[in-house]
Amino acid sequence: MDFSYSEEQQMLQESVQKFVQKNYDFDTRNKIIASEKGYSEENWSLFSELGWLTVPFAEEDGGFGGSAVDLMVMMEEFGKVMLVEPFVANAVLCGGLISLLGSEDQKAELISQIMEGKLQLALAAAETGSRYNLASVSTAASTEGDNLVLSGKKVVVINGAHADKLLVVAREAGDVRDRSGVSVFLLDRETEGVTTHPYTTVDGRKAAEITFKNVKVPAAARLGAKGEALAALETVVDRAALASAAEAVGALESLLRKTVEYSKTRKQFGTSISTFQVLQHRMVDMFIECQLARSIVIMAAMKLDSSDSDAEKAKAVSAAKSRVGHAIYKVGQEAIQIHGGIGMTEELDVGHLFKRVTALDILFGDEDYHIQRFAAL
Amino acid sequence: MNADFTAEELDFQQQVREFLENEFPAEMRAKVDANIRLSKDELVRWQKILYKQGWVAPNWPKEYGGTGWTPTQKHIFGMEMGLIGAPEPVPFGMKMVAPVIMAYGNDEQKQRFLPDILESNVWWCQGYSEPNAGSDLASLKTTAVRDGDEYVVNGAKTWNTYGQYADWIFCLVRTDNTVKKQEGISFLLIDMKTPGVSLKPIVLIDGHAEVNEVFFDDVRVPAENLIGEENKGWTYAKVLLTHERTGIAGVPRSVRRLRALKRVAAETEDGFGGTMLENPVFKHKLARIEIELEALEFTELRTLASLSAGKAPGPESSILKIVGSELAQEMDELFVELAGYHCLPFLPEQFEDGFQGDYIGPGTSASAALTYFNNRKLSIFGGSNEIQRNIISKAVLGL
Repeated sequence: MDFSYSEEQQMLQESVQKFVQKNYDFDTRNKIIASEKGYSEENWSLFSELGWLTVPFAEEDGGFGGSAVDLMVMMEEFGKVMLVEPFVANAVLCGGLISLLGSEDQKAELISQIMEGKLQLALAAAETGSRYNLASVSTAASTEGDNLVLSGKKVVVINGAHADKLLVVAREAGDVRDRSGVSVFLLDRETEGVTTHPYTTVDGRKAAEITFKNVKVPAAARLGAKGEALAALETVVDRAALASAAEAVGALESLLRKTVEYSKTRKQFGTSISTFQVLQHRMVDMFIECQLARSIVIMAAMKLDSSDSDAEKAKAVSAAKSRVGHAIYKVGQEAIQIHGGIGMTEELDVGHLFKRVTALDILFGDEDYHIQRFAAL
Repeated sequence: MNADFTAEELDFQQQVREFLENEFPAEMRAKVDANIRLSKDELVRWQKILYKQGWVAPNWPKEYGGTGWTPTQKHIFGMEMGLIGAPEPVPFGMKMVAPVIMAYGNDEQKQRFLPDILESNVWWCQGYSEPNAGSDLASLKTTAVRDGDEYVVNGAKTWNTYGQYADWIFCLVRTDNTVKKQEGISFLLIDMKTPGVSLKPIVLIDGHAEVNEVFFDDVRVPAENLIGEENKGWTYAKVLLTHERTGIAGVPRSVRRLRALKRVAAETEDGFGGTMLENPVFKHKLARIEIELEALEFTELRTLASLSAGKAPGPESSILKIVGSELAQEMDELFVELAGYHCLPFLPEQFEDGFQGDYIGPGTSASAALTYFNNRKLSIFGGSNEIQRNIISKAVLGL
C-alpha cells in the first residue's frame, strides 16, 4: 500500500506550485477577476505550454493520459490559491464529454484545440428546476429536417460568459426526467437565437444564464448517439465533482494555515489568541476535517482509476463530495469566526477562500444531495 | 405556571397588528419581502411613523417619550414588528446612546440630544471597536486630551456601522493612561462634521460597505459633550450592555425567516419531481430548527417573566445571543441549500433600491449566499459568542 505521489505526479505538483508561487498572489487574482474576461489568457496559454491542459485527455487522443489521481494533484494546488482559470469547464467537463461521446472527427477537431488553449468551452446543463438531477432536462431539441431546433434556458453556465462554444444538454425524446432521450450538442455560443446574460459569481468566476430561442443546429452538432448522452454526462460530471472536492481540499488547507498563523499574531487581553485552549481545540478540529477530506478524496480518485463498477465509482464520488461538503462548512465558518471582524472583509483573502469553498460545495451537488445519492446506490 | 397572554395583552397584540398592517408602508413591506435593502430615507420615514404613534422607543422611560409598556407588551410589539418584517429603529441612537444620556447625562445634554433621537432627526453611529481592540475593547487607544474647554481626540475606530449616514458618533475614548485600562475611559459625543473626522468604507464579503473605519485627527470636541464623569465611560457602557439586551435573540426575525424557509422549500423543485419541503432530509433539518426556535423563544419568555417580576437582567442574555445568532446562521445555510446553483450569481444590485434590469434567479435565491456571508458577523459582533460563553462560564457557572 503506497499513497506517495509517483515521480510524474510530483513533477506535476511542483509545476503548479512553482507557477502559483511566482504568478498567483491574491492581488494578481483580484486583478484577473476584475478584467473583462475574468481569467488570464496569458495564464491559459502558459497552462497549455506547460502541458497541464493535456492531462485529462487520453493518449490516443493526443493527451497525457492522466489519471483521476493526477487530476486530484493539480486541483488541490489550484484550490490553495483559488485559481480562476476555467480548467474544469474546458478540460474536464467539455473535454470529457467530447472524449466519451465524440466521433473520431469531432475529437480530432476539438481536443487538440482545447489542449492548445485555443478554444473556450462551457457545458450548459443545469436548468431552473433541475437542481442536481442531470436527467432533468426540459430544454428541447426538436427535429426539423436535417437540423435540430433548440429551445430552453440554461442557468449558471460556468465559463459561459465568454465561451467560444457551448455543449448544450437538450432532450430529443421522453418526459422531462426520463433517462433516455437526452443528447448533447456542440454549437458556437454566438449562434443566432442564443442569448447570453453574463455575470460574475459570488466566488469570482464568470458564468451566464443562456437562453435558446429556436436555435437551429445541424445533426452533426450532436455528440454521440441520439438520446443516449446521459450516462456519459453523469460520468463526466462525477469527475468534475471529484475535481471540485480536490480543489476544496487545497482551499481548506489554506484556510487552516492562515487561521493558525493569524491566531498567533492577533493579540487581545495581553496575549495571542492562539494561547486560548478553546481556539486551539477548534483549530485542531479544522485540521482533522482537512485530513479526513483529503483521505476521502484520495479514496475516490483511486476508485475512479480502478476497474470497479460504475455504481461503485459513483458511490465513491458521492462519498467524497458529501464529506468534503461537510468539511467546507465546518472549516470555512471556523476560519471566519477565528479571524473575527477582518474575516468579514472583502480586503482579506480569507473571505474569498470561504466564498470559493461554499461555491464548491454547491457545484455538482451539495453535501446532502450526495449523501442521499450514496445511500441510494 | 402560565405562558398565556392575558385578555388585555391579546387586545394589545391585536392593536399592534392593526397598526402595522395599516401603517407599515406597502412599498417598504414589498421590499423587505424581496430582500431589497431599505434606504436611509425609508428607515427614517418608518421611524417617524412609529414616533407619531408614540411607539418608536418602547424601552425609554415614559417621561422621555417611551411607551410605558410592560416587558410582555414590549415582547408582543417586537414579535409583531418582526413577523411583518418592519425594521426596528436603528439601534445606535435609540437603544445605545440615548439610555446612557438618560442615565448619566446632564439636563442640558438630555434636552439637546434626546428629542432629535426620538424623532429620528439625527442619525447616530458607534465608536467603540478599534483595529487592536475588538473583544478586548477596554484596551482601546483613541485618546481624548483635555485642552481648555475642549477635548482633542486622536485615533481610529473600526467596524462602525453606517457611519456614512451618521450625524453624530458616541465614542469610548481614553482620558487616562496611568490607571487600569477600564478606569481610564470616557464616554464622549462627537459631531461627525467636526474637522478632523474622516471615514473610510470597509466593504464586507457580501460586497456591501456596511461598516467603516473612522479616523480622528486632532478633533476638537467641546468638553460639554462628555457624558457624566471623566474616566467613568466604561461603567456606563457596561451597564448599557447588560441592561438593554431584550430582543438580542432575534426571535421575531427568525420566526419570520422560518416561515419564509418553508414557503421557499415548498416552491423549490428537488429535480426529481417533488419539492425540497417533501425531501425527508431537508424536512428533518427544518423541524430541528423549528424546535430549537421554540426552545429559544421560551427561554426568552422566561427571561421576560423574570424581568416582569422585577428581577434584574442577568447573563441569560448571553444564552439568547449565542443561540439566537447560531440559529439564524443555520437558517442562512438552508436558504443557500434551497437556492443551489441560483445563489451563485453575484448580483447585489438586484437587491438595491431602484433596480431596473432583468432579474436573474427564481425568487430571492440570488441573495441567499450574500445573506449567508454577511450573517457570519452575528457570532462575531455584539460581544463574540466566545466572549458570551466566557460570561456564562464566569457569572453563571462560577468557573
